[in-house]
Formats: sequence, C-alpha cells, structure tokens
Amino acid sequence: MSLSMPACAAPKVKPLHLSHFTATTCLGRGLAANLAALHGERSGLAPCRFETVNLPTCVGEVAGVDDERLPAAFNAFDCRNNRLAHLGLAQDHFRDAVAAASARYGADRIGVFVGTSTSGILQAELAYRRRDSVTGALPQDFRYATTQNTFSVADFVQRTLRLRGPAAAVSSACASSAKAFGSGARMIEAGLIDAAVVGGVDSLCLTTLYGFSSLQLASTRPCRPFDRERDGLSIGEAAAFFLIERPPQAPSPEAILLLGIGESNDAYHMSSPHPEGVGARMAMEQALAGAGLAPAAIDYINLHGTGTRSNDLVEGRAVLALFGNATYCSSTKGSVGHTLGAAGGVEAAIGALALREGFMPAGVNMHDLDPAMPLAYLQRNETLAPQRVLSNSFGFGGTNCSLVLGRAGAPSGAT
Amino acid sequence: MPRPAAAYVEGIGLLGPGLPTWTAGKAVLAGDAPYVERPAQLPPADTLPTAERRRVGDVVKIALAIGYQAAAAAGQDPARLATVFTASGADGVVCHEICQMLASNDRQISPTRFHNSVHNAPSGYWSIATGARTPSTSLCAFDASFSAGLLEALCQVEVAREPVLLIAYDSGYPEPLQRVRPIPGAFGVALLLAPGRGEASLGRIDVELTDDVADAMSDPKLETLRTGYPAARGLPLLVALAGGLARRQVLDYFDHHRLAVTTTP
Repeated sequence: MSLSMPACAAPKVKPLHLSHFTATTCLGRGLAANLAALHGERSGLAPCRFETVNLPTCVGEVAGVDDERLPAAFNAFDCRNNRLAHLGLAQDHFRDAVAAASARYGADRIGVFVGTSTSGILQAELAYRRRDSVTGALPQDFRYATTQNTFSVADFVQRTLRLRGPAAAVSSACASSAKAFGSGARMIEAGLIDAAVVGGVDSLCLTTLYGFSSLQLASTRPCRPFDRERDGLSIGEAAAFFLIERPPQAPSPEAILLLGIGESNDAYHMSSPHPEGVGARMAMEQALAGAGLAPAAIDYINLHGTGTRSNDLVEGRAVLALFGNATYCSSTKGSVGHTLGAAGGVEAAIGALALREGFMPAGVNMHDLDPAMPLAYLQRNETLAPQRVLSNSFGFGGTNCSLVLGRAGAPSGAT
Repeated sequence: MPRPAAAYVEGIGLLGPGLPTWTAGKAVLAGDAPYVERPAQLPPADTLPTAERRRVGDVVKIALAIGYQAAAAAGQDPARLATVFTASGADGVVCHEICQMLASNDRQISPTRFHNSVHNAPSGYWSIATGARTPSTSLCAFDASFSAGLLEALCQVEVAREPVLLIAYDSGYPEPLQRVRPIPGAFGVALLLAPGRGEASLGRIDVELTDDVADAMSDPKLETLRTGYPAARGLPLLVALAGGLARRQVLDYFDHHRLAVTTTP
C-alpha cells in the first residue's frame, strides 16, 4: 500500500450489478445514438447559441430539451434540468426496468441518488430578469424548491419513478454523479435498500457558461483534451441513469459490474487541481484497492480530461505514475463536452458501453498528443475488447472520484 | 427496513441562535438552562490561509465551526476523518449575487464567486483548512437534508468501519430569495459517528425508516428553530443525547417516510 493512501482507505467492496443504464447527451438520445456517434468518432460540440449567451465558446447542447413537456402533475418541477431528466428517463426502457425492480423489491427498497452541480439554477437566472420593479420580488410563477434547489432533480426522479426509498442529490461539483454510485452502493451494502437509481443530470445555464469564461477556462473551439494545443473546456449537458443492485448468484459473463470506487480530496485549492495530482492518484489507487485489482488489470481509462491546460497535465502525470504508459486511455469530452455534475454518470455509461460492445472510444479532436504526457492515448477507436475500465471525475473544491467497472466474466486481475 | 443502521455518537458540534456551542446548547436542550434567543455568532474561519479566509461566507464559517467542535469533543484529528456535508442549498448570498449580475448588462461574474457557488464549497474549504484528503460527500435533500446526511454517514460507518463526521448546516438567504426560501440565518449540527464506543461516547443510535410523524420540540421557541432551519430537524435527537436518554425519537425526512432514531446512552 502506498504512503499516499488516506487514513480511512476504502475496504474491498462487494461488486454491484449495473443491471440497466441509459445516457442522453449532445450525441443523441439513448445508448444506440450515443454508441453510433462514438463508433463514428463524431463530436456533438458546436458554437454556443444557447439562450442569450454571447460568448465565443462551444457547447454540447442536447437537441429538443425546450420542446420536452413534463406531465401535468409535475408542472411545479418544470425547468430545463428536469425536462432533460424526463427526456433521459424515457430512453432505453429505463422506466420499465425500474418498475420491474420496484415490483420485485418494493418501492421503499430502492434509493435515488442523482448527481448535479447546478440543478435548475437557470430558472432563477431567468426569474431575476423579471423582478418586480418596485419591490424587487421574484415573479409569482417562480418555484424555488422544485426547480432551482439542488435537490429538485433527485426529487423529480424519485417521484416520477414512483419510488419511496431514501433519496438525495449528490452535489460535489464535477465529481457529483460518480460519487452518486458510492452513495447508492454503500446504502445497498449496509442493507438499507436492495437497489438504487443513480446517475446525474446537469443542463446548460448562464452561471456555468459565464463562470468558466470568467476563469478563462472555456475554449473558443470544440475542446481538445490532451492535445498539445488544448486551450480549455467546452460545457455540455446530459442525463445518465443506472439501476444498480446486487449481482445474481451466477452473473452472465457479459454482465457489467461496479467493482470499485475511490474518493479523495486535494486539500489544496478550490478551483485548481493539486499540482502533483495527489488527490487524483489517491482516488484511482483506492478504486483499484476496493476492486482488489492491480493497475495492469485495467484495459482502458476514461480520463476526466476537461481540455484545460492544468487539469489534463495533472491527471496525465498521475495516470503515468500509477499505470505507466501502456494502458489505453482517452477523454470523451471532445465528443460530449464537460457535462459537469453529469460527467461521472455519462462517462460511466460510455465505459459500460465499451465493455458491452467490445471497443475503446477515441478522444476526438486530439490531433497532437501533449509530449509532456506520453500516454497510450487513443486518437482512433480501438477494436480490442476491454474487460475492465476505470473512469475519472474530478471537481471544484478538490473533490476526486474514480470508478472501476468490469465484465463479470473478466479473468482474474488481483493485486 | 429489516435492520436499523447504527453508530456511536462520539462528538457533537452545534451553532445556532441561542445555541452558541454544543457545551452551552447541551444544558439548554437537557432542560438545565433556559433557552434565550440570541443571534448566532459565527467565528471567523481562521484555520484557513489568509487568502481563502477573506473569500468565504457564512455557509463555510458555520460548517467549519461545527466540524471542528465535534472533532475536538471526540479527541479526533479532523485531517483523518471522512466527511459527509449536507445542506438544504448552496450559499444563498453568492447565488443572489451571481443571478443579479447575470440579469444585468455586465455578466462577467467573478471567478471567486463562481467557485464559491458550488454546493460542495464548504467541503472544499474544510479540506484546505484541515488538510483532510479523506473522502467527502456533499448532499442536498431540501428540507430532508439532515436525515439524508445522517443516513449517508451511518452507511459509511457501517461499510468502512471508520469514523465519519456528519456536518449539517444552513445559512440565510438575502432578498429576494428569502421570500421564496425563508431561512433566517445560519444553523449547524455536526455529529462524529463511529463504529465502536469511544471514551467520549454519548451513546449509540439505531436508525430506521418509519411512517410515524416527526416529534416536535416541547419548547415553542426551540420548535421554531426546528421548523425554521432544515439542519435543526435533528434537534429532537440532540435532546436525547444531551439528557443521556434511552428513547426513540422521530425526525423529519420526506413526505413518504421519517427516520426513527433510538438512542442508547
């Protein structure tokens, strides 16, 4: 065990079955559309035309969110973020899978843990333009609790899926939906629930677009993670959901399992990563330790890879230090953008697709790998079928989370 | 729930109107001293480096203050503790300032405001102040945030078999948000939960979901606190811990369930 392991190292966790999942991104609605775009090495990033935003930046906008309508009973929840959640839940028969689990376990025995960073803040941004000119009051039709509040999306997901177990929004910035797996997994292992709906939803809003612009972290072009010329991120929006439960006694070899979760904090700075990537490395080490795996057992790493100068450099060095330069890796943010609180969920879905479909996705837009990070970075899709993948998510506040997913039939890769 | 989730309470932090610390608040909650309403005084976040200290608002000050209280009461090094932060919302002042700027002709919000707007800002500053690189989760469940955090922390204790510091807090919202989310100011409760009984232990808690209605505080002023601040929904539990009572109390959670917490001193 390395010296950097934290005081409370993660114990080896029991694997969980990702029995059903779905993702909706700027590449399309549901897994088939996303898989086709990944196979085609396409990017969904385009110059920002969102709302009244006037910034020279590109975004990964999900088509048709404004046209989505919530059922009448959910009018109070109506905002872009919950429309995107509603759209996401409608794909890949996800609702049917949850309904079947609910019939099997009981609605009280299924938790809901949804990662989000900004939830429905756009609704507040819009309401502030319509304040009463005399009193300053927000408009009567503004619903704080069911739109702006961080919990709104988890509340909406729980109610619309008719679940009655424990629930929370996990809001640890850009690690939120990776960490949501941890909340669900621990509650299952502690025996409070039998299954959980986990994932993340984050949607375009002015706060993040202008915020990253003010930090000078947003590129004017579609982001180019790990490229020598990379100059910032592209914000995206997405909804990704998973149903996690204990695996069957004898899972099929194709079953996709959550094998390990690693979480750490940098204890360094609110918006800059630790220069030596101490926290990033600890999260990866813990995820491997929890899975009982050596680094060499990982076939593909889905990097956090936002495309900013410092984030990619720090992550690249941490990966090189732990894995060496032989493990295939890429950031898929050149395809879907940085979906912030949904990123961990989206990238876990991409990792699960890679395991299911037997390929490793390229980091599109990367033309000239930064020589400071001589990684086995995939510029084109790789047709070798991975058995285990690791997915990184790091965020503001120095929060880090790594997930290890694998096929149930993978050969042993013990430490 | 077939089996309750359980842990030992090894330290408590408390800060709110008329309840300046756990030591002072314990006497009030045990009925040994009268409740006197006084505005909450937030100590400066003087464990942060100077540059960071100047940038933080009430939401960070209260989280740090109660976290340190609970860790000190248990004689634990904060840098070694995993943490669960839970709050009914992020920093309301920062949210107001950002929304106001975005509604104006000058939308260039400051980088500091932007990174202070994230829900996990108190967790980030705690990590910087204490040097803790341990896992830290930040949750929100609106009015159910206290119980959601308690369940998360208990599950972490059960699975990792290590102590976990729960830090539940709220801070006030300025107008016009105050009218749509009337939280009057700062309130925080921290519980250091451990898998085994230590020297400073206040007792064991066993927690399960229930359909029973939540208990109210018998003192009307304390009941105003309980209903006014989401983090204060845990006050009935603190009454039992303050008095060393073996009893079952019910805490607010969701419309569909509450939490039954059984205390065993």
